Amino acid sequence: MLAPAGRDAAVLSDLFWVMLTGAVVLWLLMNGLMLYVTRINPEKMSRRRAEVLILGGGVIFPAVTLAALLVFSLSEMPQQRAIGEGLIVKVTGEKWWWRVEYWPDPDGSPIVSANEIRLPTGQRSEIELGANEVIHSFWIPVLGGKTDMIPGRKTRMSLEPTEVGNFRGQCTEFCGLSHALMAFGVVVESPEDFKAWLEREATDAVAPTDAQSRRGKEIFDGSGCGACHAVRGTDATGKVGPDLTHLGSRTTLAAGTLPMTVSALEDWLRDPERLKPGAKMPAYDHLSPADLTSLAVYLRGLE
Amino acid sequence: MNRNPTKFWRRWPDPIPHPKAEGVFPPTQAMLSEPVDPATAEAQAARLRKVWKLPTGAHYWTAVNNDQVGKWYTMTAFGFMLMAGLLALAIRVQLAVPDNDVLSADRFNQFFTMHGSAMMFLFAVPLFEAFSILLLPGLLGARDMPFPRLSAYGYWSFLIGGCFVLGSILFDVAPSSGWFMYPPLATEGEGIGPDIWLLGLSFIEVASIAAAVELIVGTIKCRPPGMRINLMPLYAWYVLVVGVMILFAFPPLIAGDFLFELQRSLDWPFFDPERGGDPLLWQHLFWIFGHPEVYIIFLPSIAIASMVVPTAARQPMVGYSWVVLSAVGTGFLSFGLWVHHMFTTGLPQLSLGFFSAASEAVVIPTGVQLFAFVATLMVGRVTMSLPILWIAGAFAVFTVGGLTGVMVALAPFDWQVHDTYFIVAHLHYTLFGGMVFPIIGGVYYFYPFFTKKMLSQRLGRWSFWTTFIGFNVAFMPMHIAGLMGMPRRIFTYPEASGWGLVNLISTFGAFIVAAGILIFAWDLIRPKSRQPLTERNPWRAGTLEWSHSVPDESWGVRSIPYITSRYPLWDQPDIVERMDSGRYYLADAREGLRETIITSAVDAIPQSVARVTGPAVCTLVAAFFTGGAFILPVFHLYWAAGVSGALAVAAVIWWLWTSTAQVPETPMKDVGLGLRLPTYVSGPDAPGWWAIFITMTGDATAFASLVFAMFYYWTANPDFPPQDAIHTNLFWIAAGAIFFILSWAATFGARLLNRRTLVKYARALLVAGPIAALCGAACLALAFWVSGMDPATHAYPALVAAIIVWTLAHVVLGGIMQLYCLAGSLKGKLTPQYDADLWNTTLFWHFLLATCIIAALVVGPLPRLL
Repeated sequence: MLAPAGRDAAVLSDLFWVMLTGAVVLWLLMNGLMLYVTRINPEKMSRRRAEVLILGGGVIFPAVTLAALLVFSLSEMPQQRAIGEGLIVKVTGEKWWWRVEYWPDPDGSPIVSANEIRLPTGQRSEIELGANEVIHSFWIPVLGGKTDMIPGRKTRMSLEPTEVGNFRGQCTEFCGLSHALMAFGVVVESPEDFKAWLEREATDAVAPTDAQSRRGKEIFDGSGCGACHAVRGTDATGKVGPDLTHLGSRTTLAAGTLPMTVSALEDWLRDPERLKPGAKMPAYDHLSPADLTSLAVYLRGLE
Repeated sequence: MNRNPTKFWRRWPDPIPHPKAEGVFPPTQAMLSEPVDPATAEAQAARLRKVWKLPTGAHYWTAVNNDQVGKWYTMTAFGFMLMAGLLALAIRVQLAVPDNDVLSADRFNQFFTMHGSAMMFLFAVPLFEAFSILLLPGLLGARDMPFPRLSAYGYWSFLIGGCFVLGSILFDVAPSSGWFMYPPLATEGEGIGPDIWLLGLSFIEVASIAAAVELIVGTIKCRPPGMRINLMPLYAWYVLVVGVMILFAFPPLIAGDFLFELQRSLDWPFFDPERGGDPLLWQHLFWIFGHPEVYIIFLPSIAIASMVVPTAARQPMVGYSWVVLSAVGTGFLSFGLWVHHMFTTGLPQLSLGFFSAASEAVVIPTGVQLFAFVATLMVGRVTMSLPILWIAGAFAVFTVGGLTGVMVALAPFDWQVHDTYFIVAHLHYTLFGGMVFPIIGGVYYFYPFFTKKMLSQRLGRWSFWTTFIGFNVAFMPMHIAGLMGMPRRIFTYPEASGWGLVNLISTFGAFIVAAGILIFAWDLIRPKSRQPLTERNPWRAGTLEWSHSVPDESWGVRSIPYITSRYPLWDQPDIVERMDSGRYYLADAREGLRETIITSAVDAIPQSVARVTGPAVCTLVAAFFTGGAFILPVFHLYWAAGVSGALAVAAVIWWLWTSTAQVPETPMKDVGLGLRLPTYVSGPDAPGWWAIFITMTGDATAFASLVFAMFYYWTANPDFPPQDAIHTNLFWIAAGAIFFILSWAATFGARLLNRRTLVKYARALLVAGPIAALCGAACLALAFWVSGMDPATHAYPALVAAIIVWTLAHVVLGGIMQLYCLAGSLKGKLTPQYDADLWNTTLFWHFLLATCIIAALVVGPLPRLL
């Protein structure tokens, strides 16, 4: 949050540096005084001065300073929670991954994705948050503050990215066994790039072109993967796990846990429990190494 | 008593008057300077020594003296702290490098959950109570706490509960949902971990409340004659403030635990959004407890500093009344801050703004207290000693935590750093600075009072500098980790995060802290038998505890002094000599009973002599079975738990019957200095009445939390109670309420009649009372049962059922108390003159009636109107 890429994070970062400076000065003054009265000059001083100190240091000074801090930061609050200017991103916390829907038009139909958040610069996007099973919290440190995702409730926030780049977000409410492994990639793009990406994301999955990918798709269909996962444009329509339509175009695998590579996909398919304790994804270690590789190649190819 | 029953209303006798103190008070200078005959003094001392003798051999563990119980309590809490510290080291090892696998995810989650839970519930709060039990009678020149057996009961409960909760880690079944236990994670949690947390810690909370009740009564009723409330040592003020805070802060958590455990064992959906519940209700109940908890931990260390600093400065505290006002102010404000733990839950901005401002406001009373210390040191001539070194270290560390606290209290800034390592750093700076450093300073300061030996100056300095440097090395980098985006409670992190270096430094620092604490622990327990005893008042302090003789006597003070100053050892010449010679009050134990003086709450005018209880095994038995009642349900052994609970009640009755409100051999006794005091008082003059009053205030707070839950659902959920909900049967509710009123009237009437010597009528009412209570209970249960409500279907019937269960349990207790009074009356333990039990039962019933009527309204007509 000290290298901000969003409007809110930048304001809070500036606020932090101001408060830090003040805090250091105050700390030095208070402890310098303590050192002075105990070590440097332990002799008696006037009682009147001591009472002035209690009143001035304990009441007047903090009242004035804190009032100023409160006025500034509380007036910042509505701004940081302002309603978004168009794009709505609905994020639902699952154990332990993120269900993501983009609603460019609130009355239209959503573009479904998972485990990665893409946002355009130059506008404030609305983030709607929910959760299944347990409480999570949605946080992208470089962009702004976090908001909890609570089962049975809808919460909301908004973000205004200013810098293009790849960042990281993470769950910040303890949500069980693999809380530590519930992160996500964040990609901030220019409005044009974002629009292009969103159009691509809305399309169906690409069909496998080479033999190995085709073999991978057969294994995918034959192993029942579609019961939990959806790959749009195929028979796989499961809703339990993350949508895989454009899996290969994401920057990370398994909710920010692994890089998006064929070998990471193989490791993940073979033994998800080792990489993410408690994950609901079953192990496919009964597949032959060659089949696993084919499956991984197919999945990596879903760009 | 030959009265005509048909005409008694015409011959309504006057009540027997309550006995009052007689004779001279305050004592004159002439009386005080009159010498005591040495032979008499020697005989008195011998009798006192015999009465206050500690049990020996295996019976030692039946001791109830505050100095023994306090010592066990302190050492046990310290032991739990070392274990929780070990867990912290394991956590730090796991986080030392990225992608580490020393601990599995599950074990890591168990460890951080238990680290937090143990530090809070098994160390920070109990240590304050332990320390205060050890210290308070000394500060107040009292012989013991007002209810020594209650202290012992609290201690044994704490030991059993603590071992149970912490021991679960050895079986790999410890709670792993975090010390805050948020549902649905914790309600859905598999295994017995959450049950261990809920039931084990509820048990300890009950023990904590018991200790708080005793400390409050001790502070307001056991002060020495003349020590008006504005002459109390500041430590006693803090005991009072913190005791009251415990009394109001713990019950909401107990109510929450109650609902939570009902959901886990019976599937009543209080926190399940699918069935009308709300996970945020728990967060509110938890933090209404959790935030005051922070100040419950922090204020005692200010209390210690307020004893050490004036001594170091050889100067009375500057701004005594400001400090008292600030302490009370902090206590009040701390109940209005809880939402700052929930800034990210999406609450309306208006409430965020309010709680943000309230959180900042608490800086002011805290600042006043801190600056009062600096001011006192300024005015005095400071002689540097080890305790003040620890206090100065505490000041340095705490101010860092305070300043980051100012930052995180701002809601928008908190949105960024909430649940990151910035908060971990912040809270450890406040808790180490606001608790660990001052407590250790307090141990160095008070150790000669507790043991009449000195701790080592050299080890103390080593320990201080090691801990101080290690602490900053461990926790300063955590601020940076948090600002870099590292969330709390993660068992691992990827290398690419860049958090590796700061974490490695933190781990390194954690081990330095551990070394520092170990040096202190060694200093504490190293054998000191060959070390000479200290002098009597080694720091030249001004407060009463330093009047205790060397070598120690278990009677506390030889005679209870008359106090006219905040620093009597500085301002009242000859006070120690006069106490020693038995010139003051209660210098003798002629009847062979343990006694201390009870004074009025504000002006400390002597009111009575309390006969306090001695060694007993019944408290141990009671604690053991109470433990069974809480622990067995974890393993779903509900019948065994019920039996254990019944045995616990029996043991408590045995304890009360054999030791409290005993008919004295004489109604008045001479306590010295021309003063005669009653040996038995009932009603508001009696400490037992205050104990019931205070306990029931806490109990009412828990009940209010359940009622709050009803209104909370109503405000948070647009369809509550649901449109088509079944309600309780109003007829039976009304019938129940009428029976409860009758039972209350019977109890109240019994007290009035008994005091007017109409014993037969009183007994008749005490028979009618429990019958009416039983009928009322049956009606209330019927009101639910005939309606056909099913608690498992929705939060509404579940909450109605929970309120009814809560009320019924209290009614049963009320019935037992009525029967106890009846038995007392029949056996001659309760007479028209000696009727304390009946006063206490009536007081209980006042609260109970309020509970019953409110419960009837809340489960009956109210939901129909919502």
